[in-house]
Amino acid sequence: MPEEIIFTSGGTESNNFAIKSTAFSNREKNHIITSKVEHDCVLNSCRWLESQGFKVTYVGVDEFGAVNPLDVKKAITKKTCLVTIMHANNEVGTINNISEIGKICKENGVYFHSDACQSYTKVPIDIKEMNINLLTINSHKIHGPKGVGALFIKKGTKIKAWQSGGSHEFNLRAGTENVSGIIGFAKAVQISNKKNVEYLTKLRDYTIKKIQENINDIKLNGAIGSDRLCNNVNFSFKGIEGEGILLMLSEKRIMVSTGSACSSTSLEASHVLLAMGLKHEIAHGSIRFSFSKYNTIKEIDYLIKVLKPIIAKLRAMSPLYSSDKK
Amino acid sequence: MMYSKKVIENFTHPMNVGELKNPDGVGKVGNPVCGDVMEIHIKVENNRIKDIKFKTFGCASAIATSSMITQLAKGKTLDEARKITKADVAKELEGLPKLKMHCSNLAEEALNAAIDNYENKSKQSFVRHECHGCNKKCEKRK
Ligand SMILES: Cc1ncc(COP(=O)(O)O)c(C=O)c1O
Repeated sequence: MPEEIIFTSGGTESNNFAIKSTAFSNREKNHIITSKVEHDCVLNSCRWLESQGFKVTYVGVDEFGAVNPLDVKKAITKKTCLVTIMHANNEVGTINNISEIGKICKENGVYFHSDACQSYTKVPIDIKEMNINLLTINSHKIHGPKGVGALFIKKGTKIKAWQSGGSHEFNLRAGTENVSGIIGFAKAVQISNKKNVEYLTKLRDYTIKKIQENINDIKLNGAIGSDRLCNNVNFSFKGIEGEGILLMLSEKRIMVSTGSACSSTSLEASHVLLAMGLKHEIAHGSIRFSFSKYNTIKEIDYLIKVLKPIIAKLRAMSPLYSSDKK
Repeated sequence: MMYSKKVIENFTHPMNVGELKNPDGVGKVGNPVCGDVMEIHIKVENNRIKDIKFKTFGCASAIATSSMITQLAKGKTLDEARKITKADVAKELEGLPKLKMHCSNLAEEALNAAIDNYENKSKQSFVRHECHGCNKKCEKRK
């Protein structure tokens, strides 16, 4: 129903709103469950709630980055008001079994929120079947304009407006709506197509295969096959550090991202890779390649062609790589 | 992360990369957990650094500072080389981002460890850092 969709300024706002407001609108309870691999806007919202007296359980993940629904089940107490577990992970592309998590939440009378920024239009989401009370989506991940997103709030969910102001968005999100952004977002949803998912899956599998064929001593991070987002590839290159790879690729006009501490402002390695049990030095050497429908097989071939000598060059410089080999 | 042209230049075309066959001194510092390890080899003749090579695991600025300090040290007497500071390295690189200043620290330590190793000729020194002054909390966290 239209009144179940609240437009926001993006994924960050939707997640903040969903988590903080649900917590404060259900004060008879005080416990929230999330996972260790959530986006920072979810993790920091939960940490902030802790500072406000709420209790938070951060469940771990397996070596592929997936949450075990049974861990969620075990963490639920009488005081739990909300479970917030992302649908698909933004760094390693692992898709969580939110159907099962939703079922567990329903059985226990706990609200279920999922951050679906990465999966929306790429992985089927059935609000009813998955027992989702709150769902975060945003526009720029699907080629829509930046700075717009939405929060689905199932009718009957106990949640109040988070920001104070006028009566916009059914009294739930004050402030004049970003109308042009919302129209762009809607158009992007209309244009999205299952064919793109099939195409991206081909690109992804081709990239994984080519990297594995051409470069030694690597580790694919994240899930394999249908449990992985169609547009995500994440590899660790042993013995070297991700920032160097990133800069050298950037010189060749290829933009990637890294879980290395060195390119973050905090100088800490990716919390996602560490939660998956990767050693720090392997996490430092991780690179994420993400694709869109505008990428081509020809571009992947170019990537492989330039990546191979870059890895070799950096490894020749590394005291860890040679000692690995001895 | 904004790097100076000089850092990028020294990262993409680093000088003195590699190892020496029979080094007179080897210094290795850092910690793979933190994300940087630097190893410097020196060849000494008449109290001067005749040749110097490095190998570095780390980010672009760690590689650039290694490249720069080897260039600064080459041809210098051991005393002169010991006087090269992290500030000199950073200055020659036209500055380092604040968060990356610890990389030049590491370069200074690696060079001094190599000279120590030459002068004592005891065991090859590997100074495994607990934490080398950056603000990473990785070690403490465990
Ligand atoms: C999983 C996930 N959640 C939340 C966000 C934040 O969304 P926004 O940038 O629209 O605030 C992102 C990425 O931007 C994301 O990948």
